[in-house]
Amino acid sequence: MLRWLFLALVVTTLPARAEEVVLGLSQNRVAITATFDGSEILIFGAVKREAPIVKAPPLEVVIAVSGPSLPVTVRRKERQFGIWVNTDAVEVDAAPSFYAVATSGPFGEVLKDVEDLRHRISIPRAIRSVGAPQGILDAQSFTEAVIRIRKRSDLYQMLENSVQFDEQTLFRTSISMPANLTEGAYATRIFLTRGGDVVSTYEAMIDVRKVGLERWLFNLSREQPLIYGLLSLVIAIAAGWGASAAFRMLRQG
Amino acid sequence: MQIYLPIAEVSVNAFLLLGLGGMVGILSGMFGVGGGFLMTPLLFFIGIPPAVAVATEANQIVASSFSGVLAHLRRRTVDFKMGTVLLIGGLVGAALGVLLFNYLKSQGQVDLLVRLSYVLFLGVIGGLMFLESLRAIRRSRRSPGTTIRKKHTWIHGLPFKIRFRVSGLYISVIPPLIVGLAVGVLAAIMGVGGGFVMVPAMIYLLGMPTKVVVGTSLFQIIFVTAFTTLLHATTNYTVDMVLAVLLLVGGVVGAQIGTRIGTKMQAEQLRILLAMLVLLVCGKLALDLLLQPSELYSLGTAGGGH
Repeated sequence: MLRWLFLALVVTTLPARAEEVVLGLSQNRVAITATFDGSEILIFGAVKREAPIVKAPPLEVVIAVSGPSLPVTVRRKERQFGIWVNTDAVEVDAAPSFYAVATSGPFGEVLKDVEDLRHRISIPRAIRSVGAPQGILDAQSFTEAVIRIRKRSDLYQMLENSVQFDEQTLFRTSISMPANLTEGAYATRIFLTRGGDVVSTYEAMIDVRKVGLERWLFNLSREQPLIYGLLSLVIAIAAGWGASAAFRMLRQG
Repeated sequence: MQIYLPIAEVSVNAFLLLGLGGMVGILSGMFGVGGGFLMTPLLFFIGIPPAVAVATEANQIVASSFSGVLAHLRRRTVDFKMGTVLLIGGLVGAALGVLLFNYLKSQGQVDLLVRLSYVLFLGVIGGLMFLESLRAIRRSRRSPGTTIRKKHTWIHGLPFKIRFRVSGLYISVIPPLIVGLAVGVLAAIMGVGGGFVMVPAMIYLLGMPTKVVVGTSLFQIIFVTAFTTLLHATTNYTVDMVLAVLLLVGGVVGAQIGTRIGTKMQAEQLRILLAMLVLLVCGKLALDLLLQPSELYSLGTAGGGH
């Protein structure tokens, strides 16, 4: 506590905003290796301030981790001629491949709807869908399907009350990422809110990358697909022939 | 032990893949089928994207068939001339199949195409084989030692006749070319070797002796699936080498065991077992199409994954 008071005294001399975030990440890159089975990222930080702590309304923290946004085609099945087939399709313009929101309190209380709209924080707001093709009246249900399906595979997470916020100053939370991650820069946004209004924001990047053999195979398959295909065949045939020869030797010997 | 597949971009248990490969490999060796018709749906069930499953399965079949065909070469049960004719049809068919696959993928109907093809082909062929094998078993019980008389059908009236010495046939090249073509299309869109179509077609349509059928079909399958693998690798980037290697390590070992079991069993018993297996897979896939799925929506990459 004393340390933070001291820090507060120091920063009063700086021409900074009232309350700012100092952030730490347990790791700023996630390496997808051959044995990758998901990852847990610890996000922690402190609030730097120049004035005494205002007790009411209390300061709250909202953390949003977002994977790269990509267009998604959503298809709906209908029964036709007795079997279930894909009929309607809606292209959602941009949906994050991974999205987790962690808050220090109930979402509706820590953030006003108008702030959510401005910063696109909640899961439905993080998805951008411009319009549905003609003839589809319930375009909303397609966006809902994206959220439902991705929530089920832990790609979208709403973690209310999961940020520990001590003394209005120190906060920490952990976000678990599943194994089926898309590569790219994962934006980590921290919002400090008071009475539902955003008072400060901070952004950091987590780099999610395949490494080693995974990286090499993936690059080869994209840059030299013919060589990759031939290599797959050579490896397959060598293994097939090798096992066959080994069996014959076993039988003779 | 979990392993992350670089192309499929999912994490799966390595021992599960080895086990699946081994199980399907045993069946592959026993029946002379690639085993793809079992493996591809199994890969769907464990969460591999369908496009990756189909392309990778083609790669794995090359390996499992290679060890099988070596065993048949040593026993001299491969008709190279017939195999080459089937292969020419197969390569054309595979190219057409990949074109169709990519078009339907862009339309979001590739899943339906794959499943419907399975239900249709497995149902018809499984049913026919089952009835035929039952009849053959009854016949052999009544009068042991009698051979099936060769019938003269419309197939013998077609032009461009060629003598196939190993098979003891003198028939037109058109039926084997068409059989090869159909199998090539199936290899590309269903991720199967096509043995389950080719073996019955060779026995019942072309009238080849059962003893050379398995070796010859494996010979054709190797080249057609290798070609299909290359087509998928260069147009869709969906061949997962890590997945293929794990499946084939189990698969090649299984195939060797299977070939040995196959030589000890009678042809009729073998055929009725295969027929029952085919009908079982068919029934499961048909149910999936007929019953209402728990999730009506599905997600795909926009623009058909390109």
